Amino acid sequence: MIRPCVLLALLLPLAAFAADPAQAGREVYQKWCTPCHGAGLGKAGTEAAAAHGIKPAVLEQRTNLTPKMIETAVRNGVSFMPRFRKTEISNADLAAIVAYVGRK
Amino acid sequence: MPLPPGVSARDFQTVLRQFEAVVGKDWVFASDEDVELYRDSYSPFWHEPEDPVPSAAVAPDGVEQIQQILRIANNFKVPLWTVSTGKNLAYGGSAPRLSGSVVLDLKRMNRILEVNDRNHYALVEPGVSYFDLYRYTQEKGLNVFIDAPDPGWGSPVGNTLDRGGGHTPLRDHFSTLCGMEVVLANGDVVRTGMGALPNSRTWQQYKYGFGPYVDGIFTQSNFGIVTKMGVWLYPMPEMRFSGTVSVPKHDDLIPMVDTLSYLMNSNIVLGTTRVASSLTAQARDPELVALRSKPGGASIPELEEFLRRKNLPYWSIDLPFYGPTEVVPAQWAFAKRKFSAIPGVQFRDGATNKLPPSPEDLAKVANSVPLGVPSLAIFTAMERIGDGHIGLSPIVPMTGEAVFEVMDAFDKVIQEMGIHNVSVVPAGTYYPRSFFFLFNFPVVHNVEENRNMRSAFKRLVQVGAEHGWGEYRTHLAFMDDVANTYSFNNHALPRLHETLKDALDPNGILAPGKSGIWPKRLRKARA
Ligand SMILES: Cc1cc2nc3c(=O)[nH]c(=O)nc-3n(C[C@H](O)[C@H](O)[C@H](O)COP(=O)(O)OP(=O)(O)OC[C@H]3O[C@@H](n4cnc5c(N)ncnc54)[C@H](O)[C@@H]3O)c2cc1C
Repeated sequence: MIRPCVLLALLLPLAAFAADPAQAGREVYQKWCTPCHGAGLGKAGTEAAAAHGIKPAVLEQRTNLTPKMIETAVRNGVSFMPRFRKTEISNADLAAIVAYVGRK
Repeated sequence: MPLPPGVSARDFQTVLRQFEAVVGKDWVFASDEDVELYRDSYSPFWHEPEDPVPSAAVAPDGVEQIQQILRIANNFKVPLWTVSTGKNLAYGGSAPRLSGSVVLDLKRMNRILEVNDRNHYALVEPGVSYFDLYRYTQEKGLNVFIDAPDPGWGSPVGNTLDRGGGHTPLRDHFSTLCGMEVVLANGDVVRTGMGALPNSRTWQQYKYGFGPYVDGIFTQSNFGIVTKMGVWLYPMPEMRFSGTVSVPKHDDLIPMVDTLSYLMNSNIVLGTTRVASSLTAQARDPELVALRSKPGGASIPELEEFLRRKNLPYWSIDLPFYGPTEVVPAQWAFAKRKFSAIPGVQFRDGATNKLPPSPEDLAKVANSVPLGVPSLAIFTAMERIGDGHIGLSPIVPMTGEAVFEVMDAFDKVIQEMGIHNVSVVPAGTYYPRSFFFLFNFPVVHNVEENRNMRSAFKRLVQVGAEHGWGEYRTHLAFMDDVANTYSFNNHALPRLHETLKDALDPNGILAPGKSGIWPKRLRKARA
């Protein structure tokens, strides 16, 4: 009786991911990107974008970001935004972020 | 990418294959592209050969894997540089001191083993960030308050091991450490404090255990790999209040700091604050610029008069109070009574926050760290600093006289050396009983400017030491310089560190050069 339950538990997240990569990306995005690029006060990435006249300044609302731009920012850093290691944001997580940001 | 010093390309390939056998192929990073991610994003050596570059990185998921990695590293004498969350920006990020080291990246070890809100502590693995810990306490509805450093993506383990500081009552993170698990270079697993007692019931409640207290030797050091840490948390206070005290004259700072010291050492004012001067905000006022640029500069009476005309105080300090709703107003009243001995003192009520803050309250604050909610809001200040910075941070006496002396001595060097754009957080109270100055030196992608900045930095380390002010922590680039200033009795303390290093890590595989401590075989590398 135990076996099927274990299997089900293992399969669920994968199934969810396969069904909607953008949804999976939302969680990763909220964890890693929102603290700087979200809406509201004290968001450094959003403030920096606004200071450079980028509209909309909230990253999630932008429609002109290519996967390459997102990948380069995450792996090379931009200005004071540091690079992120694969133990922080894995390639799969990065793909999920790209899917989420590019969902529009 | 460079090889570990003294290790052949062939042996290094063997090492990598053996690491892969331990952690799996996905968790050994050796391609140029992957290794790049471990370089210091705020390096003061941009485009220079001195920029430390690892040879590879390996990310284990547990103590047994670390033991196996140590066995391999000992066999081939491969240096390992340990990071927990690896966000040590301003002090080196996740880069090693010695190029060619393999970064031992513990980010995957991210289990929160316990959070106890009856005795207020947590037991965590190295990869747990302050954000993770906060989320966990929220999900479980625990009655604890998190003291995070400004950036919430760092970890209780990494930050505490580098003796970092936060902003709320517990702020000196080393003082919150209660029990560790450490893997030594030979693979032995040690638990400190009460953790050495099998079945201990108080590992996170009593720090010292029995016999010599060794926890300190694993901080800012290269004597072991910390795999678990107990940290004390604060019980959720009912409220936070901040009140500002301001004084009109330059010399008022002396009684002002004495009163601050009294209030902080009596645990009435709790949390991190700093001394501020109205002259900072007025720096571009044409009248002030003219006063300062006349021969001999502005005199103190002239500056006092300038501020009096603008109806501005000379100095002010925001006093943070945390506690019960009945007690905090009484503490503020008492603080006002103590400061009232200074003629012309003024008080202003600041923000009152109920704790824990509601989501609506949180949406109204730019920086939630003082309210116990980790954040990255500090980076909004970076827009002014630039692409990164490194921090010079001397510890100085908590007196007004010392503040005058530091500003005077450091300002002179910064002016003489023509360094621009240095921002200062003067006289902060991150650590009890002393002041902590933070001079942020911008890092730019320009070799010449970074070189000048580094020489000014080194000069300031010297000038500080000559005055008796030591650095509390430093960037990789200055570890030898700072260690050399702790030189009492022919460098007796650094020599003791080396004795310990040779005994605990005879092959010199753990973080060579951390805090200026080099293993015997690499000791010639000392600057
Ligand atoms: C804008 C800005 C603001 C900052 N504000 C603060 C602040 O308010 N307070 C503060 O303290 N710092 C501050 N910092 C500095 C730094 O970012 C933090 O201290 C951060 O928490 C350190 O990174 P970390 O927690 O990821 O530690 P890590 O990078 O993981 O570790 C730090 C060091 O500790 C050692 N170490 C780590 N893990 C282990 C282990 N398991 N075993 C043995 N040794 C280990 C290594 O030498 C490592 O380099 C700030 C930096 C910036 C850029």
